[in-house]
Amino acid sequence: MTLATDTIELPRRDSRRVRIRKYCRRHPTVPFGLGVLGVMIIISILGPYFTVDPLALSPFKRLKPPSGEFLFGTDMYGREVFARTLAGGRISLAVGISVALVSTVVGLAIGIVSGYVRALDAVVMRVMDGLMAIPGVLLAIALISLTSASISNVIIAITIPEVPRVVRLVRAVVLSIREQPYIQAAVSVGMPLPRILWKHVLPNTLAPLIVQATYICASAVIVEAILSFLGAGTPPEIPSWGNIMAEGRTYFQITPWIILFPGLFLAITVLAVNVLGDGLRDSLDPRIARRMR
Amino acid sequence: MYAYIAKRTLAVIPVMLVVALVVFLLLHLTPGDPAAVIAGDYARPEDIVRIRKQLGLDEPLYIQFSTWLWSVLRGDLGVSIFSNMPVSKLIGQRLEPTLALSVSTILFSVLIAVPMGVWAAWRSGTWVDRSIMVFAVLGFSVPVFVIGYVLIYVFSLKFGWFPVQGYKAIGDGFLPFLRSIALPTIALGVVYVALIARISRASMLEVLNEDYIRTARAKGQVERKVMMRHALKNAAVPIITIIGIGIALLIGGVVVTESVFNIPGLGRLTIDAVLRRDYPIIQGVILVFSAAYVIVNLLIDISYSFLDPRIRY
Repeated sequence: MTLATDTIELPRRDSRRVRIRKYCRRHPTVPFGLGVLGVMIIISILGPYFTVDPLALSPFKRLKPPSGEFLFGTDMYGREVFARTLAGGRISLAVGISVALVSTVVGLAIGIVSGYVRALDAVVMRVMDGLMAIPGVLLAIALISLTSASISNVIIAITIPEVPRVVRLVRAVVLSIREQPYIQAAVSVGMPLPRILWKHVLPNTLAPLIVQATYICASAVIVEAILSFLGAGTPPEIPSWGNIMAEGRTYFQITPWIILFPGLFLAITVLAVNVLGDGLRDSLDPRIARRMR
Repeated sequence: MYAYIAKRTLAVIPVMLVVALVVFLLLHLTPGDPAAVIAGDYARPEDIVRIRKQLGLDEPLYIQFSTWLWSVLRGDLGVSIFSNMPVSKLIGQRLEPTLALSVSTILFSVLIAVPMGVWAAWRSGTWVDRSIMVFAVLGFSVPVFVIGYVLIYVFSLKFGWFPVQGYKAIGDGFLPFLRSIALPTIALGVVYVALIARISRASMLEVLNEDYIRTARAKGQVERKVMMRHALKNAAVPIITIIGIGIALLIGGVVVTESVFNIPGLGRLTIDAVLRRDYPIIQGVILVFSAAYVIVNLLIDISYSFLDPRIRY
């Protein structure tokens, strides 16, 4: 009797490049969002090396409208809005990405522990429910009003209201995973708990977490702008998109470009991140995607 | 059903307790002497002593919390450090514009967003659906104040149709009130419309796949009735849920919108309090907004048991 294995024709696996191309064709929003976001990141990082000093005051060229010389016009101190907008991208994107990273990591840790340790679960979830009942922007404003304005405090203040949502998401995944037969199998062969969490539970939370992180990043960029705009955010001397727009308020009726251009950059960036999030959700989480389509 | 309503209502108590605890602890968990933080950078030592006494900061934490909570429960939210007025009175004075703006935004958004979502789902895959979805993503991506300034620039400065800023109370006449609140409502509504339209479309699409929709169509039911009576009614629960959850988004937006349009509501009160570090006001406003949010969502949860007789807990 011969084994049949060598006669079985396995379907040939596409090369990596073909697979990426197929994925991009099926989910065109993912490369689009990544592309626009990438361009924005590159512009923000490299731009300030090619423009004039975004902080340079120049009384002779105050409040100039956009023209060939001053691409986006100048503000009331004669600073170039173009240079400031590019520099502002650094701050706004840094805040957005940091908030997304910190809140997913913190939320993941709390969520896994809460989903696995029954005794903690009830207490942790009540606290999360309470935090979620406080409108996020208000909580962030309150936190900022109590601390000195600095970029790291802004990041913390935006992160705290985002954490409960991540915790809920992770906990829901953990609760459904822990009843799976393969977890029972792992427990029965004596696999230690940290290893179970690392090998079996964590990978299952990744897909929804990545999607959630992109949405958090998008909303964090907007919340940073809101906080700075209200004067409760990034210190005014640092040009973030929100700060540039906040300073443009006083002269808005004669110089709308001070608000318009940073606003446009911000909107394009957030749009790209949101679109990326939608694409990732459709491709990573087919169950929700089917419901959303 | 009454057991469910009672249970759901009781569940509000721990949530609001945590909210109160967070609002109370914020001041004490931040590094530094709370009295010095409130007094600000230019405070004299006697100011700090006065504030410490006024807030009872010398007592142990749990006594501070229970005295504070007890007075909050009796409707006493403390006294403003800046103006020495009771916080509850200050909030009461500013309530009307915020309430008017929120209610008009909710009405405006629901009336626009639900038909948009239904239309997009009905014509799913066509350019109608795509353009509505593009709008929905765009609406999430532009901050309220940018929308607000664009609206002011176009409709107030260029066309002169609406006042640039300011608020007219309903008592001053309904038309001036509407004119003063129209642009803020639209600016604030955009995010909310985007959110509701998205969920409405998703919820409708799910329902439209059901067998009873095919049956309704097969028996020759008019398409409008299929949509309204058979589909929308069954798709309503997620839509109403998101209207309630979205109120948190709306509250954040109200603060910004009032600042852009110079509306003397709770949002302006909050911002002024933040700039002056008038902490009792910030505490009071957060408590009021959170309570409003929790209560609205409680009412919505209770309404499910009337809307959908299948829901039993």
